[in-house]
Amino acid sequence: MIPVLLIAIPLVCGLVGFFIKNTGTAKGWSLFASFLSLAVSLWGLSLGRNSPMLSADLPWVPALGTRFAVGLDGMGQILTLLTAVSFPIIFIATWRDEYRGKSWNFYALMLLSQAGLMGVFLAMDALLFYFFWELALIPVYFLCSFWGGEKRIQATFKFFIYTFIGSLLMLVGIIWLYAHTPDHSFAINSFYKLRTIVGNDQMWLFWLFFIAFAIKMPIWPLHTWQPDTYEQSPTATTMVLSGIMVKMGLFGVIRWLAPILPAGTWAWGDTVSGLCIVGMIYASLVAIQQDDLKRLVAYSSIAHIGLMCLAIFATTTTGMQGVMIQMFNHGINIIGMWIVVDLIERQFKTRKISELGGLAQKAPGLAILLVIVSLANVALPLTNAFVGEFLLFSGVFSSTATSYNVVFTAVAGLSIILSAIYTLNMIQKVFFGNTNTLTANAKDLHMNEKIVLVAIVALILWIGVYPKPVLDLTKDTVETIITKMNYKL
Amino acid sequence: MNAIIVSAIWGIVMMFTGIITEKGSTVKATAIVGLILLILVNYMDLTGHHLFAIDAHKMLFFDTFGLLANTILFCATLVYFLLSGSDIEKVAVKMPVAECFALIFFVLCGVSLVTTFNTLLMLFLGIEIISIPLYILTGSDKRNLKSNEAALKYFLMGSFSTGVMLLGIAFLFGASQNGTFFIDDLGIGKAAVSPLYIAGILLLLVSIGFKVSAAPFHFWTPDVYDGAPTVFTSFMATVVKAAFFIGFIRLFDEGFGDSQPRWQLFVAIITAATLFIGNVTAVFQQSVKRMLAYSSIAQAGFMLLALISLNGTAKEGILLYAAAYSLATIGIFAILIKMKDYTFEGFNGLARQQPLLAATCTIFLLSLAGIPLTAGFFAKYYMLSSVIATGHFLWLVIFAVLCAAVSVYYYFRVIQAMYFKEGDAQVADLGTGFKGLLVIVAALVLLLGIFPQGLLDKLTTMVYTW
Repeated sequence: MIPVLLIAIPLVCGLVGFFIKNTGTAKGWSLFASFLSLAVSLWGLSLGRNSPMLSADLPWVPALGTRFAVGLDGMGQILTLLTAVSFPIIFIATWRDEYRGKSWNFYALMLLSQAGLMGVFLAMDALLFYFFWELALIPVYFLCSFWGGEKRIQATFKFFIYTFIGSLLMLVGIIWLYAHTPDHSFAINSFYKLRTIVGNDQMWLFWLFFIAFAIKMPIWPLHTWQPDTYEQSPTATTMVLSGIMVKMGLFGVIRWLAPILPAGTWAWGDTVSGLCIVGMIYASLVAIQQDDLKRLVAYSSIAHIGLMCLAIFATTTTGMQGVMIQMFNHGINIIGMWIVVDLIERQFKTRKISELGGLAQKAPGLAILLVIVSLANVALPLTNAFVGEFLLFSGVFSSTATSYNVVFTAVAGLSIILSAIYTLNMIQKVFFGNTNTLTANAKDLHMNEKIVLVAIVALILWIGVYPKPVLDLTKDTVETIITKMNYKL
Repeated sequence: MNAIIVSAIWGIVMMFTGIITEKGSTVKATAIVGLILLILVNYMDLTGHHLFAIDAHKMLFFDTFGLLANTILFCATLVYFLLSGSDIEKVAVKMPVAECFALIFFVLCGVSLVTTFNTLLMLFLGIEIISIPLYILTGSDKRNLKSNEAALKYFLMGSFSTGVMLLGIAFLFGASQNGTFFIDDLGIGKAAVSPLYIAGILLLLVSIGFKVSAAPFHFWTPDVYDGAPTVFTSFMATVVKAAFFIGFIRLFDEGFGDSQPRWQLFVAIITAATLFIGNVTAVFQQSVKRMLAYSSIAQAGFMLLALISLNGTAKEGILLYAAAYSLATIGIFAILIKMKDYTFEGFNGLARQQPLLAATCTIFLLSLAGIPLTAGFFAKYYMLSSVIATGHFLWLVIFAVLCAAVSVYYYFRVIQAMYFKEGDAQVADLGTGFKGLLVIVAALVLLLGIFPQGLLDKLTTMVYTW
């Protein structure tokens, strides 16, 4: 029931939103819809672990062996919570943004993308998962192409085709697995039974799935679509892309790749971990060089996701716990960063760090909140990201799945230092120092921005100090998945 | 048998309609009535009521596969008549509309033969009955040089391929045990195949490859599709191509199914070439009409996947593909006919001027690209699924999927022109009936994409009575 509601509410409200021809009403309607989803998500959380309301299994296309099967386990709960929390934050934070043309369509498309994202996190049937995986892409394509920056059409096109290639390869893998299920069904439990059946085929099947997820996360070297797309899309969409959509890639690996193809995951683990750490260092180094705020945050996102992917392949309980909580943390933190970028862009019409300076003198509220969000990005203790990263590092270091765990940990640690460099550098150049002509008349936060940033900072500090509820939520899922991943042929 | 006879008779009726009345709308109405009648009698055949007690001497076999294929193709033709029928008048000055409709009915007669044949001679007859009216329709814009060139090219290449097919048939006759044309007797005792038999199969493969525009026999397609009047290109690229494919599958499954390992690799290479050439060349086109011609070659490549696997999924899939592909392409061509400028720039800004047209065009393009929620997705799914189920040719599946990603590029170029570029798209006058019908067809494409169960039920029951 609850999963169906989580998908249906944004879907129906989004479709209705196309017919609201007034921007103000559309904004209000979409905010209302997003709060409704948040309410349902919190309701679902309150129901505990084993309520029958947390799953639904409806017939869809029996001839193909696929059903509309959706369910909420611990990992699903946390990711749907992230989605449900993010969208109201995004809508409130970008309340003052103006969109040209038929702007009510913007809000409708955002709600449709929420429906698609929810569907990905809730699907318990492989073909349904594939459907939502693709469907999450279409509203984002139109959002970026209509309301993006100058080079939006090429950037979005590249993004779409890149992702589509990955998805199609994943489709081939899904069909292959389906053809080998004993009961000709796409249900996830049937796929779990395949661990005994598919032997050496796992070696190439792994790549069919992993390429799709690697493009989504993104993992070096399949990341080239990301900085351009993040830069060119409207900031609200960038928040959706980097806050929630990248988690689709991580989620895909944890739910659909690692437990179903454990031998392949183990065999290719070193290769993938190598790619991850190269990506982390590379992205951090490039971020240090960036002058454009958006691109800086984009590259920093690649580095953070790389660490999470590294921890997945470490196949330890600690690491996986870290991934679960860090997915939520990274979502909120990066949205916080994007809110600041959006603010700055709206006020000063520039994203170049070299053109800004001394904002703290004129906008102290903004400066304080941003510094806290940035410190969360660097994973300082007391922030939520510290909890996540500590668990991640712990997991990688104690990994028995690879013989290079020390190397990986050391290089990953290096990337943390690099992230401190570019984050603090950015804060110093943008907020501290002297004001220049552009920033001399900076205004401090408006009410809506204050509310969201305070909410985010509150979450950062709360989870940083008391992460137990979040960790408890995902404990069972982590156990199940690690057990499946440790299945040796 | 119902469909064959009724379509031939109605073709003659259409010719007389031309004498009786001059008004195009009356002729079109008669044609639509005839087509509905055709669908009805075909349905009666499906449910076992045969109107004509003619003994076909086993030369024709009216199984559910053939009759279902008929239904799908006739319904596609009905959509075609409703959407584009009135454009036939506008092809040329003093266009003999009734004769065009008559020719289309004769083509449908050939289609019914090709879907239900049981002997190679009937296949030949069906293919020729389809092709010859098409040569005429291609050249029907008599004052247009491109149309004349297209008709001559089509006629020469088509006749050549027919000659090749006859030689192949002769070889197969010679190679068969007791000298027979019946396709279910061709393969008997073919554990040790003779070179004559293989030569016959290859020649048939080449000639039918011509007809369905598989590479490397596709060179006539872009010029013919581009030169022919757009309204007839629409018919050729959809119903006719799908009909040839049904015949293709029928022949190779019944006739050469036993010797499949011999010719499978050859077909796989042809498929890969078709997918590659169709998709890559379409990327470089500047005219939407030519792009659609190359895209039809690429779609043919996907349909060839069914030929490689030839299992139950493949047969269901080819029917589903025929339905999805025909609906989407007929829709797109119907919109293309109304545009004044066939280049990509001609579509610039269409979303602002004609939002409904742009929206339905987008749905059709998404279906051709194989995006989930559209019928085209399930069609591609079936094709891929059928080959994966065989356990071999995985390289071909991955290649097909990469080519499908390439196809997204040129399909989305149209969407981009319509929505994201500024321009003044010139469109001919549209009636509300036309727009309403477009919405219905688009809704059908979406319905088949979300709830394909209705159609799939019928297809699955068919497979078990094959």
